[in-house]
Amino acid sequence: MKDFIIPWNDDRDMGTPAREGAPVTLTIDGFEVTVPEGTSVMRAAALAGIQVPKLCATDSLEAFGSCRLCVVEIEGRRGTPASCTTPVAAGMVVRTQSEQVKKIRKGVMELYISDHPLDCLTCAANGDCELQDMAGAVGLRDVRYTAPEDGMRTHFARNTSGEANPEWLPKDDSNPYFTYDPAKCIVCNRCVRACEEVQGTFALTIEGRGFESRVSAGAAGDDFLSSDCVSCGACVQACPTATLQEKSVIELGTPTRSVITTCAYCGVGCSFKAELNGDELVRMVPYKHGAANRGHSCVKGRFAWGYAQHADRILNPMIRDSIDQPWREVSWEEAIGFAAARLRGIQEKHGRKSVGVITSSRCTNEETYLVQKLARAVFRNNNTDTCARVCHSPTGYGLGQTFGTSAGTQNFDSVMHTDVAVIIGANPTDGHPVFASRLKKRLRQGAKLIVIDPRRIDLVKSTHVEAAHHLALRPGTNVAVVTAMAHVIVTEGLFDEDFIRSRCDWDEFEEYAEFVSDVRHSPEMTEMLTGVPADALRAAARLYATGGNGAIYYGLGVTEHSQGSTTVMAIANLAMLTGNIGREGVGVNPLRGQNNVQGSCDMGSFPHELPGYRHVKNADVRAIFEAAWGIEIDPEPGLRIPNMLDAAVDGQFKGLYCQGEDILQSDPDTKHVAAGLAAMECVIVHDLFLNETANYAHVFLPGSTFLEKDGTFTNAERRINRVRKVMAPRNGYADWEITQLLANAMGAGWHYTHPSQIMDEIAATTPGFAHVDYAMLEERGSVQWPCNDAAPEGSPIMHVDGFVRGKGRFIVTEYVATEERTGPRFPLLLTTGRILSQYNVGAQTRRTANTVWHTEDVLEIHPHDAEVRGITEGAWVKLASRSGETALRAHLTDRVSPGVVYTTFHHPGTQANVITTDYSDWATNCPEYKVTAVQVGLSNGPTEWQESYEAQAERSRRILPAAE
Amino acid sequence: MSPEKLTRMANQIAGFFKTQPGRDQAERVAQHLKDYWDPRMRAELKAHAKGHEGELDELVRRALPLI
Repeated sequence: MKDFIIPWNDDRDMGTPAREGAPVTLTIDGFEVTVPEGTSVMRAAALAGIQVPKLCATDSLEAFGSCRLCVVEIEGRRGTPASCTTPVAAGMVVRTQSEQVKKIRKGVMELYISDHPLDCLTCAANGDCELQDMAGAVGLRDVRYTAPEDGMRTHFARNTSGEANPEWLPKDDSNPYFTYDPAKCIVCNRCVRACEEVQGTFALTIEGRGFESRVSAGAAGDDFLSSDCVSCGACVQACPTATLQEKSVIELGTPTRSVITTCAYCGVGCSFKAELNGDELVRMVPYKHGAANRGHSCVKGRFAWGYAQHADRILNPMIRDSIDQPWREVSWEEAIGFAAARLRGIQEKHGRKSVGVITSSRCTNEETYLVQKLARAVFRNNNTDTCARVCHSPTGYGLGQTFGTSAGTQNFDSVMHTDVAVIIGANPTDGHPVFASRLKKRLRQGAKLIVIDPRRIDLVKSTHVEAAHHLALRPGTNVAVVTAMAHVIVTEGLFDEDFIRSRCDWDEFEEYAEFVSDVRHSPEMTEMLTGVPADALRAAARLYATGGNGAIYYGLGVTEHSQGSTTVMAIANLAMLTGNIGREGVGVNPLRGQNNVQGSCDMGSFPHELPGYRHVKNADVRAIFEAAWGIEIDPEPGLRIPNMLDAAVDGQFKGLYCQGEDILQSDPDTKHVAAGLAAMECVIVHDLFLNETANYAHVFLPGSTFLEKDGTFTNAERRINRVRKVMAPRNGYADWEITQLLANAMGAGWHYTHPSQIMDEIAATTPGFAHVDYAMLEERGSVQWPCNDAAPEGSPIMHVDGFVRGKGRFIVTEYVATEERTGPRFPLLLTTGRILSQYNVGAQTRRTANTVWHTEDVLEIHPHDAEVRGITEGAWVKLASRSGETALRAHLTDRVSPGVVYTTFHHPGTQANVITTDYSDWATNCPEYKVTAVQVGLSNGPTEWQESYEAQAERSRRILPAAE
Repeated sequence: MSPEKLTRMANQIAGFFKTQPGRDQAERVAQHLKDYWDPRMRAELKAHAKGHEGELDELVRRALPLI
């Protein structure tokens, strides 16, 4: 396999960031160059193909002007200005090479090298070191300076004259993924600036002055691991030497080839360069032209890819007759034949509708499309669902009803034009860190922030970021809070009448305005219910309505409630009321959990709709697919995941093909999920690992990682990004091939030989994808749907001239309390979430060194609630609800309000979902993960249930040695 | 499927539509059930409704003949 040569793949470092402005023409080394006003001379030269030597400059950071290597001569100006900090001017005449600047540069380099070890051949950055490159470029041939034996010392020599060198500091290898070697540091400040400007964490600083200046993480006594460092890798990326170096490069050597692909973690969908030697992955580097991430990354995408090579990966298919037996490794042919025969047998005995599929939000669009096609065209029913059921299905319903399409309205770049950001039920610094860094950058530029969340998330107050308002509502009262904001906007006359008159249905608005104006929706009336002080809510509503461009970003804290869909509609109402739709800087933006949640929904994974969100009841839509697939499609909706499990317990649903999802760990009410799975006759798990669901499986089909296949992911901004095959699948097949094998074993007769053919079929059948094909993605990098005749270039922002459904629709959003209520037995409310270093059920991240940051799920509890229960920091506590009980350690914090407790669900040992209930969103059955009435009490350790679960999991994972 | 669960889900749907303006709330509950519920779930709810009318929201009772 060879590297892709992509025309837009120009990776050169231009030295300083791009600027927008009027064109300015100047002359550099005799060449005329025209660049936007505000551009640096260095960047202008780079754009003309002339690289001015530099060390402290890099185009992801603002110019700093400290190294003095980039000096140039400018006609009519005295001296030799630094080209990185000098902006271009019309008619300027620049000379980048002259006797004088050559001499200065050589002198600068000589000084740098006099305090740098000359171990280049054995250095991890050998061949990938800007200091080395610059020494070459300036023609440095000797270094005249040596450290005097009794005077000034170097920073790198461990031992000068027999005594320990106090200037020498040991390497800090506390971070699992990179090292900091102070001996190689040239104090260019690039790491410190990257931590501030790009990541926004401010974990690094320069300690000391002059010769004593050193890069330092955190406070005195901290190392990288104990500091605030979030291990995003921005500093490592910015470092021009081996000072900050990936441990994988130290171990494996500098990579020799690279492939551009898309991260398989969250819905931000960052572009990465996978860098390899042969088929050995050496490192993942954020791709600077990635339109979602603009060269930034987080600890998961950048470093936590080791699971792909983990020893736990299952590489051979396995089967067993019943789940109490050990697994038996078999050939692909036997496994597929076994699965196909069982599914057909079940259908013959229990009917066409007794089997179904769960498509994966971690797999590609092409793979997801094939799995739902398997249900519709081969099983001949609509029993297909996807994990969006348990996260963003209310987004689909709510935005579909109000705007006419179930997707976010903006691209991520839009946030740089936002004046007031509203974050509702989301924790971007942990869940969507690369987006959070963009948001924080905008906040540092002066944008205002409103956080609506029961918990004090990091964005409420962290370094150089402080929310104007934090509405710490009681879990389950979202609709009341958002509707009260609308009450303020309508009754105080802050709505945008022109926008509403031209873009929305005025009669519906009048009905809505009458509803929302009722005094029962006033902040003063809802305060007792929601716990949000009326004056804070009024101030927040006024700020959103009048503060300029208002953008709402929300997460699962909105959707995973019994009124999830209603809250989504309430949010859409707010945006329409204030005219915050249809241009840069505004909008309604669901932050998607998994890498391809958006795509899996687009691809028709839901049981009621075909690809492109078109209901199966519509004969014209069915006709498109019936013509393409040559079969008849069932016009009735099929079962959703919770319905499948209910039907299984009832004996009506017997067979499931589950690709890349671990419903036993991720879905609510674990005992009920287990009962449903145990009642089935054929559970096929298609995954990388023997996950928790596989404890109840009869067939295990080993999956391929995102590094091992071609395809596309669609991120939260509707951006279709290419996933490229970086190495051959270790399990033998890409996942789309495995689904095709199963389909064909059941008589399908599919003949796909490359995922591009599947995308062609998607484009031919789905209007929003009409112009999408792999050739276009090669050429452009990515595109945001809809991309068709109406929008040939794709759609960075939606609803620009009008809503997709025509007129925007205001919907009345009455607060209805969830039936899940606290009482004497269960007096606290549990809400769940995730943290930065772990991802979803943790199947991937638990198999990486990320566990150093989070080894177990803990229960956050307010000190008051802890005190009355005698709970101390780190104590084992039992967490019980009407569904079940589990035990974990307590962490006392005032991040949660009294009456509220919080935990994550990353570890199967804790199994937080044994606590959550089967209550769900009224419209979509999205589970109410965010509100469970619980009691917390001291405990001695794991519960009986946890122990029996562990034993059962252990038993069900036995694998017999392969037969000869 | 558990009749209690189906009843609760149907009543939740009614809980939303009864707050909506207009006179077609029952029709909208029926349409929601037709659009999103597998026919088996609808049939089971209808079967359970006979003799258990009291458990169902008045809107669900009016919607059931329409599905």
